[in-house]
Amino acid sequence: MADTTVQNTQKSWLARAADSDIWYSFRRSPVTIVSAILTVLFFVSAIFANWIAPHNPFDLASISIMDASLPPAWMEGSDPRFWLGTDDQGRDIFSTIIFGARISLFVGFASVIFSMILGISLGLISGYVGGRLDAFIMRVADIQLSFPAILIALLIDGVARGVLPREMHQDLVFYVLIFAIGISGWVQYARTVRGSTLVEKNKEYVQAARVIGIGPLIILWRHILPNVMGPVLVIATIHLAIAVITEATLSFLGVGVPPTTPSLGTLIRIGNDFLFSGEWWITIFPGIALVLLVLAINLLGDWLRDALNPKLR
Amino acid sequence: MKADVEHNSLLTIEGMRVEFPSRRGHVVAVERLDLTVEPGEILGVVGESGAGKSTIGNAVIGLLEPPGEMTEGTILLKGDRIDHLDDAAQRKIRGARIGMIFQDPLTSLDPLQTIERQLVDTIQRHLNLAEAEARARAVDLLDQVGIPDPSVRIAQYPHQFSGGMRQRVVIALALCADPELVIADEPTTALDVSVQAQILDLMKALCRDRQVGMILITHDMGVISETADRVAVMYRGRVVETGTTQQIMSKPKHDYTKSLISAVPRPDKRLKRFPLVTYIEDAEERPEGLNLATHWLGKVREEHKLTGNLVELKDAHMRFITRHSLFPSRRLYLDAVKDVSFAIQPGEVFGLVGESGSGKSTIARMITGIYKPSGGTISFDGTDLTALESRAAAAPFRRQMQMIFQDPFSSLNPRMRVEDIIEEPIHFHKMAYDQSEARQIMHDLLDVVGLGAQAARKFPHEFSGGQRQRISIARALATRPRFLVCDEPTSALDVSIQAQVLNLLKDLQSELNLTMLFISHDLPVIRQVCDRVGVMRHGQLLEVAPTETLFTDPQHDYTKHLLKLMPKFRGFRMPELET
Repeated sequence: MADTTVQNTQKSWLARAADSDIWYSFRRSPVTIVSAILTVLFFVSAIFANWIAPHNPFDLASISIMDASLPPAWMEGSDPRFWLGTDDQGRDIFSTIIFGARISLFVGFASVIFSMILGISLGLISGYVGGRLDAFIMRVADIQLSFPAILIALLIDGVARGVLPREMHQDLVFYVLIFAIGISGWVQYARTVRGSTLVEKNKEYVQAARVIGIGPLIILWRHILPNVMGPVLVIATIHLAIAVITEATLSFLGVGVPPTTPSLGTLIRIGNDFLFSGEWWITIFPGIALVLLVLAINLLGDWLRDALNPKLR
Repeated sequence: MKADVEHNSLLTIEGMRVEFPSRRGHVVAVERLDLTVEPGEILGVVGESGAGKSTIGNAVIGLLEPPGEMTEGTILLKGDRIDHLDDAAQRKIRGARIGMIFQDPLTSLDPLQTIERQLVDTIQRHLNLAEAEARARAVDLLDQVGIPDPSVRIAQYPHQFSGGMRQRVVIALALCADPELVIADEPTTALDVSVQAQILDLMKALCRDRQVGMILITHDMGVISETADRVAVMYRGRVVETGTTQQIMSKPKHDYTKSLISAVPRPDKRLKRFPLVTYIEDAEERPEGLNLATHWLGKVREEHKLTGNLVELKDAHMRFITRHSLFPSRRLYLDAVKDVSFAIQPGEVFGLVGESGSGKSTIARMITGIYKPSGGTISFDGTDLTALESRAAAAPFRRQMQMIFQDPFSSLNPRMRVEDIIEEPIHFHKMAYDQSEARQIMHDLLDVVGLGAQAARKFPHEFSGGQRQRISIARALATRPRFLVCDEPTSALDVSIQAQVLNLLKDLQSELNLTMLFISHDLPVIRQVCDRVGVMRHGQLLEVAPTETLFTDPQHDYTKHLLKLMPKFRGFRMPELET
């Protein structure tokens, strides 16, 4: 008897996923399907950039200044090797976009995870403990919220550049960037998680755990955390798009990743200088790639928010 | 329902079928339904949640929640078909010919408009009256529904009325345009017992005087027996039995009706168990062969034999801060429990009864350690729990007392499987040698509460309210407690489910020799379950007495008042149901 029930539930795991409401609403939304395909394409090409990209733009040996500023393949005077043309140093734009998207996504992901861990922990503590600690954390959040996120990222980036010795900049630039973007985004998570925690901690299942004698840390981890994660995932998806944009902005302003390993934002900045001299492809194609990436992730996040909201079903 | 009556009936429903299409196939909410309502008659529609009673009301008034749809049958109001009308035609009927009374008077009035505005607007929409005439009519209506000083109070806002008064206003609103039919969907469920009786009397009088037909939808047999002329009993979307109230109450024919009536806790007599509640679904009886006395669950839980009281409260006090301030003089407090003392002896079921806000649940939470009392002592088995400093020191006592909560929908973690929910306390208190033993205990516990081991792999949302309450009970038993606190364990359940859960608790209590603190606002339930009862009001314990003494010879005035308000079941004589 027990064996058959276990089998049943295991067998139905995939079937349950295919049968779930989320999958159903996904299938019925063409916009979401397109965004999902785009997002997956970006991710796959970012992860397997070394194999997919026709050139390696970071390999100084393989680029030649002779190929500089070639137009896209369909225009006059182009080289069929470079499908979207080359930039001022002779790097293939198409390959640079793929590698640049990889850096953008890596920085975006890492800073979202950093924000999430920080925000969720502070939100859980704030909501569960309450009292003065709650008031303190939430006032700090309010203060931070009164500054634009990009300003905070710029500030932290600037401070880090001033404090760290020059020779370490190159090595630490990614960590500084991730820290700067991450710290500017934790407030959203903390507020959402705190709100949900306030609701969940008064539910009877939490009281039941307390009656058993379980301590606050295990209650937070095992009982409350899984129940406040739904909205957090939605925020995280949308935040990923914001983080990618923030990174692009910082790089565009010249305080992000260095031009030797360009992200999408760096590419747009480099191309910006040549926009009026006629080499529009250097900035336009990375720009389109950035818009597509951010839009796709954003639409996916919007759909997830609606799909998880029982009122909108 | 003979052919010649049918044409004269106020409302005739024939062969109604309502479906709610979903992507997992159509849910049939109501099927093959035939009903008639005569002018001046109150037809009671009774059934448990999900039986389809509210769907009938919504279908008649044309307000089925989309995507719900009436797919078969006809609804005739005085011979006019009123199903499948367009929206404009529906609106002419709604309010004008059919009035509606909703369950919750707190939300069915617009809080931003005066009573006058709401009444006058409704009257002018349906009747061709000038403002002044409409207002006069509104005052007149308020007077009829028993609101004192109607010409003054009409200018007030809903929040200035009490719950019962608001429900009167809602009734006045329903009667604005002299409807021929009124649909009342659980009109008194949200009201206190004393107010409930007045509202029911008012509705009865109005129906009789104005020759209005009424469909009274309720789950409460007591309301039906006091108000309705005829009753239709619904079970899973079908009417299983119709008849006069007298007939249904005294000689029910269908098995479901019998079990529904016998499941209502009797206020006048204590029964050993609720009889005949086996007709209802998910009532799996415990498998034979599991003898609790020799099983792990029944094994010596007490380290030594008890001599004195198991639980004792001495001047227990609980004070909550309601306004924070830096200065102590500006802080405001609420004393939820004021110097309460009582003792519970081993093996007894001690009841606490009182209205909402009387401090019953606070006491339960103080004993189980969710709240730390602000004064007095609480001792368990001779040890003062309030003096224990660390959680580790309190753990052995926590293990011996467990709690069953009121709301079956929030008392189980929705993200955990049933097996993890029940095994958690076993692992936490290290009561099993290994995982396989814990698993075995968990399966046995599920058997004991009548769910079966196949429930283990499921999540809480896959169960009904009653089944979830059984999971709650299994979790509470998992630490082999000696003392069980039940905080309104059945007040969120349908009566038949309540009867099953109470039967289960009674069985477990006697087989495991548990001591229980049973908290309820429901006197008949208290009478069925408890050995001794304490009556609470405003945080004070007014009276403690053995149950039978309390019901036959109450001492305190408040107890007498409560007992007087207890619903009586007239015409409730069923020799075949007595045990």
